Amino acid sequence: MSDLNKLGLAEARDLLRKGETSSVELTQACLTAIDAAGALNAFAHKTPEIALQRASAADLRLKAGDAPAMCGLPIGIKDLFCTKGVDTQAGSRILQGFKPEYESTVSQNLIDSGSVMLGKLNMDEFAMGSSNETSVYGDVVSPWRRGDDTAALTPGGSSGGSAAAVAADLCLAATGTDTGGSIRQPAAFTGTVGIKPTYGRCSRWGVVAFASSLDQAGPMTKSVRDAAIMLEVMAGHDAKDSTSADLAVPNFEAMLSGDTRGKKIGIPKEYRMDGMPAAIETLWADGAAMLKDAGAEIVDISLPHTKYALPAYYVIAPAEASSNLARYDGVRYGHRAKLEAGDGITEMYEKTRAEGFGPEVQRRVMVGTYVLSAGFYDAYYNRARRVRTLIKKDFEDVFAAGIDAILTPATPSAAFGLGEMIDADPVQMYLNDVFTVTVNLAGLPGISVPTGLDAQGLPLGLQLIGKPWEEGDLLNTAYALETAAGFVAKPGKWW
Amino acid sequence: MSIDKDTAARVAKLARIKVEAEALPALAAEFNTILGFIEQLNEVDVEGIEPMTSVTPQRLKRRQDVVNDGNQQPKVLANAPDAREGFFAVPKVME
Repeated sequence: MSDLNKLGLAEARDLLRKGETSSVELTQACLTAIDAAGALNAFAHKTPEIALQRASAADLRLKAGDAPAMCGLPIGIKDLFCTKGVDTQAGSRILQGFKPEYESTVSQNLIDSGSVMLGKLNMDEFAMGSSNETSVYGDVVSPWRRGDDTAALTPGGSSGGSAAAVAADLCLAATGTDTGGSIRQPAAFTGTVGIKPTYGRCSRWGVVAFASSLDQAGPMTKSVRDAAIMLEVMAGHDAKDSTSADLAVPNFEAMLSGDTRGKKIGIPKEYRMDGMPAAIETLWADGAAMLKDAGAEIVDISLPHTKYALPAYYVIAPAEASSNLARYDGVRYGHRAKLEAGDGITEMYEKTRAEGFGPEVQRRVMVGTYVLSAGFYDAYYNRARRVRTLIKKDFEDVFAAGIDAILTPATPSAAFGLGEMIDADPVQMYLNDVFTVTVNLAGLPGISVPTGLDAQGLPLGLQLIGKPWEEGDLLNTAYALETAAGFVAKPGKWW
Repeated sequence: MSIDKDTAARVAKLARIKVEAEALPALAAEFNTILGFIEQLNEVDVEGIEPMTSVTPQRLKRRQDVVNDGNQQPKVLANAPDAREGFFAVPKVME
């Protein structure tokens, strides 16, 4: 069978169980595709030996009739997840050469479910970025292009390697992480599906920390069904993460009935931004019409504090990052700067961190340091945390009024060109997350579903936001939207 | 609130990141752009609103106060840039 790498998780799983292909064949197909896709720069560390070994083991389990949920399915792992004995750098120079002695809970759950790791995926340094241009490994190039134009486009960020690898069929699915939109924005830019679950659904243990009160892992896949399958495996209570929720994980796939009759879908007026491209407006209206046709009720709602989400995020996330990244001191792991005679420990810290962190990470660590410093803590950090309470309350109010899910655009535009934002100030890049960041601040689940193309043939996505812990219902609404939209476009292969 | 070059230098010092003197004016300008954006938060009436401490209402779990991990010194030191005789090694901190 050819083109096995083009399969999704559900199709490949069904073929494996029928004995019509093997995990080794699937894995070989992906490894061949990865080797031919150097131009995308999606994989930062390839692990073909581990992949083939796990694939062989999976084939034995399949033969023995002992196949767990993702047995034999080849996937990519974002470089932010610690993987035992395998390079884990979070896209940063400061973690050069770091090989964890342990496995993150999420990637361990994926191993336990029989899946096959193909390698580690490129990403923005410490997951700070919206274009995958801050990585020490270099930019990831999107497999998508604007028609015949050969200009290199961003796959989005920070999970840009994951998005590009899934869109280009280098793997069947991939892990991502999302602190302000880092799963949903790259999914929207690459015509893939990405879900950020409720805060606490997936363990953060062994995931390199960026902003601990916002970070969540989630799957990036080729379909909503695949997202349901993979999220169920990734999720679950973990005693090693004190914020992990001790709640049962439902069978998400079984909840995909496609029936959304009687569901109330909110359309928040504050997400209608000045200067929003017409293509996004149309996409959004079309999405609402599709859900209405499927029997849902469309309701205009208001989330009055939306405007303040990004500024609150750019206090809270850097503040937490400055604390979390204090651990990179050149003592316990990673890079240490070469010292001059007479340099003491302070010079070691300062030189190591100046060499090891890229400009965007340095900027955020210093902004975080400033907003937490004496005299400014109340004015910035505490005020932002109060605004966060209000942002969460906006959502609680609409859910209490009977709204089941909220429909918004996933991004304010289609993918932009690599290097196009080079002269923009940092705040302009931050605006990429304007529709996604509210969801992290409120701890809610959000999913990006591809529903259309712009005039240049680039994918666009819509976001659905659900109630806490109701990923199953959210996935089902997303499934109805996906079915109605019938998005099947793939990037033409140029690499 | 405008950040000058001296404040930028102080923040860099607090963050333990070496910034060359000639890079300070540009850094201060970037801080001002970001902080200008953050200033919007001053428009919000937060009177009587509690700062969020946990996004999901939950009580942290407790466990027995007993040793449940340890005895893995070689693993702890495996990734150190400089480890000697079972310790992390750093430049001299005291004369």
